[in-house]
This record gives sequence, structure tokens and C-alpha cells, in this order.
Amino acid sequence: MNVTLRVWRQANGRAKGKMAIYRVNDISEDMSFLEMLDVLNERLTLQGDDPIAFDSDCREGICGMCGLVINGVAHGPQQTTTCQLHMRSFSDGDVIDVEPWRADPFPVIKDLVVDRSAFDRIIQAGGYISAPTGTAPDAHATPVPKRDADRAFDAATCISCGACVAACPNGSAMLFTAAKITHLGLLPQGQPERYSRVVGMVAQHDAEGFGGCTNIGECTAVCPKAIPFETISRLNRDLISALTHGGSHWPRAAPKGETEVDEED
Amino acid sequence: MAVTGLILIGYLLAHMYGNLKIFAGAEAFNEYAHHLRALGEPLLPHTGALWIIRVVLLISVLGHMYAAFNLWSRAHKARGGTRRYYSHKSRTGVQRTYASFTLRWGGVVILLFVIYHLLHLTWNIIHPGGAAAEPYDRVVNGFQIWSVVLAYTIAMIAVGFHVRHGTWSALTTLGANTSSLARRRLNVLAYAVAGLVTVGFLLPPFAILFGFVS
Ligand code: HEM
Ligand code: FES
Repeated sequence: MNVTLRVWRQANGRAKGKMAIYRVNDISEDMSFLEMLDVLNERLTLQGDDPIAFDSDCREGICGMCGLVINGVAHGPQQTTTCQLHMRSFSDGDVIDVEPWRADPFPVIKDLVVDRSAFDRIIQAGGYISAPTGTAPDAHATPVPKRDADRAFDAATCISCGACVAACPNGSAMLFTAAKITHLGLLPQGQPERYSRVVGMVAQHDAEGFGGCTNIGECTAVCPKAIPFETISRLNRDLISALTHGGSHWPRAAPKGETEVDEED
Repeated sequence: MAVTGLILIGYLLAHMYGNLKIFAGAEAFNEYAHHLRALGEPLLPHTGALWIIRVVLLISVLGHMYAAFNLWSRAHKARGGTRRYYSHKSRTGVQRTYASFTLRWGGVVILLFVIYHLLHLTWNIIHPGGAAAEPYDRVVNGFQIWSVVLAYTIAMIAVGFHVRHGTWSALTTLGANTSSLARRRLNVLAYAVAGLVTVGFLLPPFAILFGFVS
């Protein structure tokens, strides 16, 4: 099949970018979207042109590195990662628009590659548990109800790809944050830090410049891992509990761009 | 946003109930209006309860507008300005409701409407159809004019969309969306409240326009 691509090209973070048009001929419909871009990049390299920069790693839908806005939709027409999207989802002769995730806290590094370290700082602000080192405890030493384990696992499948932000009309990362709050907050190991976690992560989320959630739901519709919408209500519940019972000891956001976590007193 | 929005929805439901008294006749309607002013007496002074409601409403509206402006400007910044994606192939989003597009500008329409509405029926500064001493006559005079009914209709449709997304969103923000079943129920509830408010508010103006109430 033959397709025409309109691709965002931007030399670096400070350069002004623009959409560039490329024809890609004789590709197999069994290729993944990224393999199709590989074919185009080989050709560009042979011609002596700059290949299109895009992120990928596992190419099997589990690492969360890949992520493109295809025809205005994060990860394109299928609810999966870009690496798991195949050309059979398109038709011969299609014009396909390819853009990077767009959000102020995700600056473009080059072409389709964005810097998602804002997510790392949100995780550092509370997306962990503290566990003593030493011999690992028996896996079944602390019983977890099946229902909680299942729901925690559903939330834990988040691969931090950032599609929720790219799709959100408010540029909010609430689904990403809520997935981690839900994952850890449903399990016994996550209880000691449950309330400081939600306050710290939400404060960091806001400090990074993500927008506020208004429950439109575009995030869950594009999430390759189908993180459930109800994680956001769970985050809100924990946040309301924390703020109504809280105190001055709640963590504060680290300044944007710094990676240390505040000391808790 | 959620708390002030729900207070305003509560007010809308009460206000709509009061408006429907128009169908019980001039006496019942005027009696209701007078009763509102006497509410809480003798514990509270005359119009005391009404003023408490007004203060709560004003604080809610101001708080709601502040929160709306804050969300709006944060979203504008987070999206990186007005132009986000060059592709126009997904203008209507993946699953979002039409109502969710109308919140921000719809809110502005509602604000303009509320100002007009207060000038008309509360302060009686403008009186389409002729000035009158009693609330019932003001309402009936005003809604005999089709352009007044049209303006109210447009505003009530904006309110309907606003309440459709607002009810769902406020309850989700307060933590009620606990499962996919809860999500479905909240959406049904939001449509029901929005439909009730829109139809309930529009019944009196249309009844008057078509001469069922005079
Ligand atoms: C004064 C004029 C008004 C303005 C400027 C305004 C503006 C807004 C805006 C911009 C939002 C956006 C939140 C979003 O994007 O989802 C919103 C949400 C909302 N509005 Fe209004 N609004 C007004 C009047 C009203 C009225 C009269 C009601 C009550 C019927 C109402 C109830 C709500 C509710 C419940 C929400 C959702 C709150 C949430 O998401 O948690 N608004 N409003
Ligand atoms: S490359 Fe790992 S998820 Fe796509």
C-alpha cells in the first residue's frame, strides 16, 4: 500500500517546527506504524536527509516509550500503543497526520520526541512505597482480597506513555497520577504513605504545569492499557480525605525541573 | 468548581419548582413570592432568609467563575496555546459529549443571561411587555413577546448542556464515580437533571406565549 504522511519536523526544542509531507510507497499492511516510519527513515538516510526522530523501545506495547498523535488522536485509530498499531488500520492512499504529544510540560526535544521527565518527578513525589530491605517477605504473608488485587493490577498496568495528557483537552495528567494512587492505595503495602502520596503527587502534577481534570474522559478512551476512569474519583476521594484531615506536614511540590524529593518532617 | 456548581444546581431546582407555580394561578404565584420574603420569620427579619440565599448564591457564582477561569487558563497553558494539533481529523474527540465542549462559552452565555434576567424580573429595570407591580403580571407580560421567549430558550439550552456535564463532573470530582456501573448511573442522572431543568424552566414561557396562561 501507499500512503502520504504529514509529519511534524522540528530540529530541536528551540527551533520552530512545521508539518512536512512524505510519500511512502510499497509498504506492507502487516507492518507496524513504527516499521513504516523505519522504512521512510532508511530512504531519508540514503538520500542524505535527516531521518525523523521518534521514540520507541520494546515495540511490544509494554514499555511506554512510543507515542505519536496520529490523525489528531493519541496512538491513532486503535486503542493500543503506536508500536502495536498496524498499517492495516489505514487504507491505501490515506493521508496520515503524525505529530508529537503536545503539552507544555512535555517539551519537544526533536521532531516527534518529547521530554516526559515531568512524569518521573510526579512519581518521585509519592508514587512509591517504603519497604525495609533484607530478605523478601513471603509473597502470601499479607493477604489481599482478590477484588482489590485485580483492581490494583488494572491500575498498575499503566506504562506512563503520556497518551492521557496528549488527549486531554485540559492537558491534564490526572489519569496517569490516579493510576499510581489507585495501584498503591488499594494494597496493604501502600497504606502508610497513602495520604501523603496523594497530596505530594497532585502538588507535583500541578507544579509541572499540567491542567486540571474536568472529567471529559478522552484520556481513558485512548489509554493503551484501558486504565479505568474510576481511578480519578479514587484519587479525589483520597485527596479530599487527606486535605480534610491533614496538617502542615503534607509534602510540597519540588520546583519544576528538579528531581529531588522534599524531605518529610 | 464542584461544590459551588452543585449549590447552583440545587438553586436551579428550587427556582424551577417556584416558577411552575405559575400554573396554579396568579394568586398562588404571588403568594409564593411573598412567602419567600417572609421565610424564616419571626426568627429572621423580613426577607432575611432570602438574603442569606442571595449571599450564598453570589459567593457560589463568584467562586464558580474563579475556578472556571483558573481551569481555563491552566488548560490554555498546558496545551501550549490555542493551536495544539495541526491535524483536524479528530475535532470532535474520541468519545467526549457535545455538552463537554459547551462548558466554558456556555458559562459565559449563562452569566450574560443571568444579568439580563435580574434586570428584567428581579430589579424590574427593563420590562418588556409593560411594567407591573405583581410578579405574576411581570412574567406574563414579558413572555407574551416571542423575542423574550427566544432569549430565554437559548439560555435554558445552554443551562441544559452546562448541567448535563456539570452534574456528572461535579459528582465525579467529589469521588462518586467508583466503577463503570457508577459511571453509567451518574451519566443517566446528569441527563435526567439537565432534562428536568431545561423543560421545567421552559414550560412557563411557552405556556404564556401560546396563551395557556394569561
Ligand atoms: C455565572 C456563569 C457561569 C460561568 C461563567 C460558568 C462557567 C463554568 C465553567 C467554565 C465550567 C467548566 C468546568 C469544565 O470545563 O468542565 C463550569 C462547570 C460547572 N458549572 Fe458552571 N458556570 C456558570 C454558571 C453555572 C450555573 C448557573 C450552574 C448551575 C446550574 C453551574 C454549574 C456547574 C457545574 C456543576 C460545573 C461542574 C463542576 C465540576 O466540574 O466539578 N454553572 N462552569
Ligand atoms: S515501544 Fe514500548 S510500548 Fe511502544
